Amino acid sequence: MGKEANTSVELRASDRVLPMPDSDSAEYWEGLARGELRLQRCTACGIAQFYPRSLCATCGGSVEWFAATGKGTVHTFTVVRTHGAEPFRSLVPFTLAIVELEEGPRMMTNLTGIDPDDVRIDLPVELEPVSAGDITLPFFTPRADS
Amino acid sequence: MRGALQREVAIAGIGLSDYPVAPGMTSEQHAALAFRRALDDSGLTKADVDGFFSAGDALPHFEDAENLAEYLGIQPRYFDSTFTGGSAFEVLLQHAALAIAAGECEVALIVYGSDARSRHKRGLGAKGLAPTTYLFDQPQSGPRRQGNAAAFEAPWGSSIISSYALAAQRHMYEYGTTSAQLAEIAVAMRYNAQFNPNAMYRDPLSVEEVLASPMLADPLHRWDCCVVSDGGGAVIMTSGERARDLKTTPVYVLAAKNAATHYNIAQMPDYTQTAAAMVADDVFRAADVTRDDIDTLQIYDSFTITVLLQLEDLGFAPKGEGGAWVSDGKLKVGGALPTNTDGGGLSACHPGMRGIFLIIEATRQLRHDAGDAQTPNAQLALVSGSGGILSHIGVAILGRQP
Ligand SMILES: [Zn+2]
Repeated sequence: MGKEANTSVELRASDRVLPMPDSDSAEYWEGLARGELRLQRCTACGIAQFYPRSLCATCGGSVEWFAATGKGTVHTFTVVRTHGAEPFRSLVPFTLAIVELEEGPRMMTNLTGIDPDDVRIDLPVELEPVSAGDITLPFFTPRADS
Repeated sequence: MRGALQREVAIAGIGLSDYPVAPGMTSEQHAALAFRRALDDSGLTKADVDGFFSAGDALPHFEDAENLAEYLGIQPRYFDSTFTGGSAFEVLLQHAALAIAAGECEVALIVYGSDARSRHKRGLGAKGLAPTTYLFDQPQSGPRRQGNAAAFEAPWGSSIISSYALAAQRHMYEYGTTSAQLAEIAVAMRYNAQFNPNAMYRDPLSVEEVLASPMLADPLHRWDCCVVSDGGGAVIMTSGERARDLKTTPVYVLAAKNAATHYNIAQMPDYTQTAAAMVADDVFRAADVTRDDIDTLQIYDSFTITVLLQLEDLGFAPKGEGGAWVSDGKLKVGGALPTNTDGGGLSACHPGMRGIFLIIEATRQLRHDAGDAQTPNAQLALVSGSGGILSHIGVAILGRQP
């Protein structure tokens, strides 16, 4: 594509407009700052969910927090080759992925440490927290043990 | 509408604004022009309109519909501003049919106008921003709470194109669908656009040209994506009884349904299936017709994958086999199931929300007023609008007979 692919945390975190923790998500963001991926699990049906909310999106029950393994697989992805807004305009090509966590929920992320053209569905990945000042963003990278 | 209520409802007038490019026209002017043309088409007057149905312009859409009613000088006794993105007009068609059948209004106006292209002078490739990014652009402090899209998608550079690409990639993985098969959809829409003098692109397009066009977000190429145009449309509906006394051939609403599965693309339950699967059987049952009875389809085509998923979920193509199903020219004018006979969003026009154009083209087909794009003796049309990021689906079956 004539441009060097983004394979690392060159996918800079700090020049993105960043999430604002709220009363649903504060614990999630605090966990990431400690390097931990915290998810919610229903106290009634046991199903884990992402993103955080004040009820179980499956059965309506109440939720509790737990530490997830941070491991998952790529459920689907795209290589973004053109983008209208910075910083992404300058970062193309980069990988936008939906990761399915071991605990079940899926989340959007960028993949680092792999050439976008080498990404495949079902690729095993793991959490790579990247600090961006007050917020730590959950990137994912190919699993070392895979 | 069959099934639900005991009163026939019909489309009595349609109007298009000027498209694909109308420099200097505002969104309100597009809506007004389409409205006046729809009134002329029906023979009704503005004073007859007592039901107003609009989704406004586009995001941010807060109170746009109220503003538009005021601009047009309509004080409706029934007002509906349901916004579900591009599918809103199919949902509003359902709501208008129910309101007329229930006697809540007698003459319903569904109206839309947008100057998306002339105002923003943008292409999807340059600024195809997801709804996430509109929120993303909001100030980071102040009273407005940041949405979930801004917190959990915008930081990753999600865009409209990349969101649809996530679905296309998964469909390819699960079913072996190919880029060439998706390209067949764009090729068919371009073929159909040759019959529409207003279409943005009318030159023939080949599968090879689609595949050679720039990759914007794998696996979607430039020509897998819709155009960005100006334009507007208006649909006037009333009871079947009243419509039969008016100027033009009534087109009856036989059934209409809508459903939703998610808002944010990361929350899509199954990247290979839309909410159309939730309502397809119901809508055919309510209309008391079968898929084989349908003569023409008008299917929301924001991207080639949007069409493929709806064709499968509506039951026209077996699940997972849509790629092969579209590859023999069925969708072309003159084919087995002519689809988007005006050229669709992929070649004709797409001013941000395209759902009303689907209804208008289906009506032209059923009136046998579609010129060189006419489906011979068309009796039944199915319209399927997709809104959000494959989030909401509105499906309607329209017929020449009540
Ligand atoms: Zn539960």
